[in-house]
Amino acid sequence: MNRLTIIGLVIVAVLVIVALFAPWIATYDVGATNLSMRYLGPSAEHWFGTDSTGRDIFSRVVFGARISLQVGIIVVMVSAFIGTILGAIAGYYGGWVDRFVSGYVFNVFLAFPGLLLAIAMVAFLGAGLNKLILALCIIGWVGYARLIRGQVLKVREYDFVQAARALGASDGRILLIHILPNAIQPLIVQVSLGMAGAVLSEAALSFLGLGVPPPAPSWGVMIEEARDLSTLQAAPHALIFPGAAIALTVLAFNFIGDGLREYLDPRQRAR
Amino acid sequence: MRKLRYRIFGILRRLLILLLVVWTVVSLVTLLIELVPGDPAVAVLGEQATPEQFAQFREKHGLDRPPFFFSFPRDSNNERHFVWHGADNRYTDYWSSLLSGDMGLSFRNDRPVSSLILERYPATIQLAIFAMAIAIMIAIPLGVIAGTNRGTIVDNVASLVALLGISLPSFVIGPMLVYIFAVKLLWLAPSGRFHWSDIILPAFTLGAALSAILTRMVRSSVIEELGEDYVRTARAKGLSERTVIYKHVLKNGLIPVVTILGLQLGVLLAGAIITEKIFGWPGLGLLLVEDGIGKRDYRVVQGCVLVISMTYILANLLTDMVYRWLDPRIRVG
Repeated sequence: MNRLTIIGLVIVAVLVIVALFAPWIATYDVGATNLSMRYLGPSAEHWFGTDSTGRDIFSRVVFGARISLQVGIIVVMVSAFIGTILGAIAGYYGGWVDRFVSGYVFNVFLAFPGLLLAIAMVAFLGAGLNKLILALCIIGWVGYARLIRGQVLKVREYDFVQAARALGASDGRILLIHILPNAIQPLIVQVSLGMAGAVLSEAALSFLGLGVPPPAPSWGVMIEEARDLSTLQAAPHALIFPGAAIALTVLAFNFIGDGLREYLDPRQRAR
Repeated sequence: MRKLRYRIFGILRRLLILLLVVWTVVSLVTLLIELVPGDPAVAVLGEQATPEQFAQFREKHGLDRPPFFFSFPRDSNNERHFVWHGADNRYTDYWSSLLSGDMGLSFRNDRPVSSLILERYPATIQLAIFAMAIAIMIAIPLGVIAGTNRGTIVDNVASLVALLGISLPSFVIGPMLVYIFAVKLLWLAPSGRFHWSDIILPAFTLGAALSAILTRMVRSSVIEELGEDYVRTARAKGLSERTVIYKHVLKNGLIPVVTILGLQLGVLLAGAIITEKIFGWPGLGLLLVEDGIGKRDYRVVQGCVLVISMTYILANLLTDMVYRWLDPRIRVG
């Protein structure tokens, strides 16, 4: 395993711990405003300083990890699950099912930029965490389905699948016990990159005012609040800390994804 | 002869898929308005409007008509029943007006959505093209330097910069650039589109991620091409390293880059939504976010989503064609 993958794993481990134990790690109430304490720079009391309404940025970044990871995990799990089922069915049965899924559904989803589709859906449904998760799942499953379909198409031709079929195994058993375990490896890479994508999308939609509504300490919301000129002038740290949190999280999941890909594909390892 | 028939069949098939995709995209956008919880008229006019105002609003925007060919309205016992409306519905309304270039009236100011979009479209395209140009100007030299100095400090630094570009989202880079160049240095305006220099920050923000992706591609492309026989030949006949790289390696290595560029044009259009909001750049994205979503002008949202998607589909189609033309191996397949 290469160095960057380990760095990625360490960052993710820290994030998970921070998210799980946020109430104990945070030093202040995330919602507590105090106008006499606004725009304070980083100090011993306020590690990351305070924002335009005097809220403690460190505590907000800590609780923001919760929102990001929660959205990321739910979105990735649901999309990977749906994508795997539909991709496996399309790849295994072929025929008109496959023609419909890969010829039509995939093309339709590819025709929208993913972010635009999510923005459009949330714009009409109304903002909110659940709607954001729903929108991200709807755009997310296609990538997994494409991947699994391709894998299943490959694996179903292997001899052991023929052997299982000759022994009279049912389609469900062949697919679940013989094909999927051998097709699922690249999914792990995709899941890691998918976490990076989901965290980014959540922050982007919250930044646009389409995700978690403002008092909540989503990193995207914090950046949106920090970017008006007077706050930028007085407290650039209000932008830098949540920005760094997003960048580190995305970087970490990308490192893990790249590392896993290299590990699973020996041809890349040799390079 | 068989080959020709095969090719015509392939083109027809792609055309059919394209038509199906366009039809689905338009249908989805048309029906999106049904997702609005409650009544769009209430959402736009507010609770305190009079029943006459509601009725007038619904009539003007066709909201009094059935939403689709059929619906399941509740009756007086609060039970749902299947009702068939026939071809006289909002879905067919939207299609028939769309075919004559009409996207309906804005819910807010009664202006045609199509003219609102036409006003804003050039600004978005301008931004996307500048972003792409900046990305290319950064990525090609950086990628070549990294690829030719593989494994050295120069390569590592270039790769790190590229990594940063990928992991820092535009809504972090943008405000940071505003802080540095507009707040601290006072060199550029923080937002707007008045002076020629106003495009620099938004274009850089939008192009940053693309330049990072491109740098990585150019780098690996250069590394791959450097191992080819023709490079050895070119060096053996005494060409300078500069000529070898810029005349031979880069020319071959850029083919995959061209494809990515085309596919990324659509990504840039979607990314422009965020960038335009950061810099108050008056393009389609700002129209969508501020006038559309911000003021619940659902007609404007529909129009913007439709036009951005269609541009995206068109860009991908063109890329596909250029790619097939550049690389004859795919043409046969």
